[in-house]
Amino acid sequence: MRKVARHRLFWPVTALIILMVINTIARPRFASITVQDDRLYGALIDILRQSAPLMLVSLGMTVVIATRGIDLSVGAVMAVSGAVALTIIDNSADANSTTTVLVAVTVAVLASLILGVWNGFLVSVLGIQPIIATLVLMLAGRGVALLITDGFITTVNSRPFAFISTGYLLLLPFAFFIWVAAVAVVALIERRTALGVLTEAVGINPEASRLAGVRFRSIIWGGYAATGLLSGIAGIIYASNIRAADANAAGQFIELYAILAVVLGGTSLMGGKFSIAGTVVGVLIIQTLESSILFLGVPPAQSPVFFALVVVVVVVIQSPALHRFVRRLGGPGRSRRISDPDVEVGATP
Amino acid sequence: MTVVENAVETRPTSSERYQTFMSRRASLLPTLAAVAILILLFIGAEILLRGDFITPRNISALLLDNTYLLLLAVGSTFVIVTGGIDLSVGSVMAFTGIWLAKLLEAGTSLAIAVPAILVGGALVGLLIGVLVQYFGVQPFIASLAGLFLARGLAFVVSLSSIRVENQALLSLQSTRFRFGDWYITPTGIMALVVVLIGAYVMQYTRFGRTTYAIGGNPQASLMGLKVARATVSVYVISGICGGLAGLVLTAYSGAGYPRNGIGTELDVIAAVVIGGTVLTGGRGYVLGSMIGVFVYGTIKTIISFMGAEQSWMQIVIGALLLVFILVQRAIVARSDRRS
Repeated sequence: MRKVARHRLFWPVTALIILMVINTIARPRFASITVQDDRLYGALIDILRQSAPLMLVSLGMTVVIATRGIDLSVGAVMAVSGAVALTIIDNSADANSTTTVLVAVTVAVLASLILGVWNGFLVSVLGIQPIIATLVLMLAGRGVALLITDGFITTVNSRPFAFISTGYLLLLPFAFFIWVAAVAVVALIERRTALGVLTEAVGINPEASRLAGVRFRSIIWGGYAATGLLSGIAGIIYASNIRAADANAAGQFIELYAILAVVLGGTSLMGGKFSIAGTVVGVLIIQTLESSILFLGVPPAQSPVFFALVVVVVVVIQSPALHRFVRRLGGPGRSRRISDPDVEVGATP
Repeated sequence: MTVVENAVETRPTSSERYQTFMSRRASLLPTLAAVAILILLFIGAEILLRGDFITPRNISALLLDNTYLLLLAVGSTFVIVTGGIDLSVGSVMAFTGIWLAKLLEAGTSLAIAVPAILVGGALVGLLIGVLVQYFGVQPFIASLAGLFLARGLAFVVSLSSIRVENQALLSLQSTRFRFGDWYITPTGIMALVVVLIGAYVMQYTRFGRTTYAIGGNPQASLMGLKVARATVSVYVISGICGGLAGLVLTAYSGAGYPRNGIGTELDVIAAVVIGGTVLTGGRGYVLGSMIGVFVYGTIKTIISFMGAEQSWMQIVIGALLLVFILVQRAIVARSDRRS
């Protein structure tokens, strides 16, 4: 039992389960899933579908945070990606052609990859602080997106494009498959090769990993490039959902929610050890919380208050100061034996 | 080896003094660069717009239009000098601004409403400061909680904008003290006073030196400095500045609006960095941040004068930020090598 409680996914998963139980008690409809026209419907399915953009962004953010970095530009990259894709579709002869949509999506995702490479260049080669390096693109990116769309909100009617976010495949939303595939690919690359361990090494001690011969520069660079790519896909899904490229609203605040998801999942902002499964759970917590807040009849605009409370509770629970305090309450005899997993994650000097 | 070391130790001479001077001047250099850029911007705009730019009206308007940014930048300078960051400023401004409008709408007098919102801003800052200092939370995340909290609270106060009818508040903005073509509003005077107080506190008080020490080295408590108190205080100061900015913005726009200031935290950080404050902490000036705000405001004015799209604003500010960061990096790296 103690072993279970000490697992680093214990708290995130518990929080998610508690949230779902509360929701099910408050509205029994929450847990029900109905089948209609070979499609599953229900609040849970909605959560799986709607979490796609945040999931993709948070995946990238996890890797970047593991290298002691942060990427604030994800929302702006989403805006650029959506703007590029919709402008191409809008200017094409046939918006409903699958080829057009494929070309548009490919170009948009490549553009996002380039933006990610740019971020990585600033951080890994020029050695600029990640917050600031990505702040540059966060500020300028939306401007670029606005330029691409000429300052308008480009809307398109394209069935193949709308399918990305609202389509169904084998009973489940297509967007769900996208994020599951992305999670699988990132998890395979990070965990089935040495890359994950090397990434953690860079995050725990960049200098030591450099001396040990780890190519820390490429690893950091790759992290930002991957985040750009994933944000680009997230931007496509977002644009597909609203069938428009809104340079101002696309991905607004998503960097904050993504960071929150990563932290909720037990990855420390100090870098080092990271948990992809934790991030997945973190995103689902956020999405479920958002769904619950909506259900409570709270205007969506007021929901940040709840998120603020969640952030405060989570960071206080994770804080070494509280753990020391609790251990002191437990008495001197016990304090030696209980090693604390959370402290270990965050306190690598 | 020992000989060399002794030689260095026993020589508190001109070369050492020169190095000290250089390292001090090095931290001033980004701010001087900002001044140079500001002057270049003015000259460039003057040429570009054929003598229509440097007029008393325009320069007076520069202060008037950027008062709220100036106030926020002062608070953020304190935070950033300690090596922290405050993302909550835009939301705090929105929250205090709309709350002020709401209080005034309910008939509360200005003498009660203004202190109330300042306390509100200070409490958000206090929350962030306590999380940072006592719970070891990273400033980025702690102030993120502050951002969410204040933004949500702004919408709790009101979901839509509230018009302000209170003449006393509106007169803070509409009163113009004129000197020929120059003018300044009470809010402008207030912002300048806050800048001067901020600059004085930072340079000449024990508290100010403590903030620099924390940014230079978080172990400053070893030198007997009151690190905990100063760390919490800088966030409270930033919160109060957020409250003042809310007051100014509500007076400026004649209404409270819960969506005000989305993304302002980035503008503030950009202005502070352009003004020469280094984000890793330990170096920076309140007066520099004022220059940074003016650079920001001037670019905005030029872009609207040229009739270019506002999207260029974001791109230009982003590019300028990048240039300044690179300049700062070079300077910091050089002075670090010296010391």
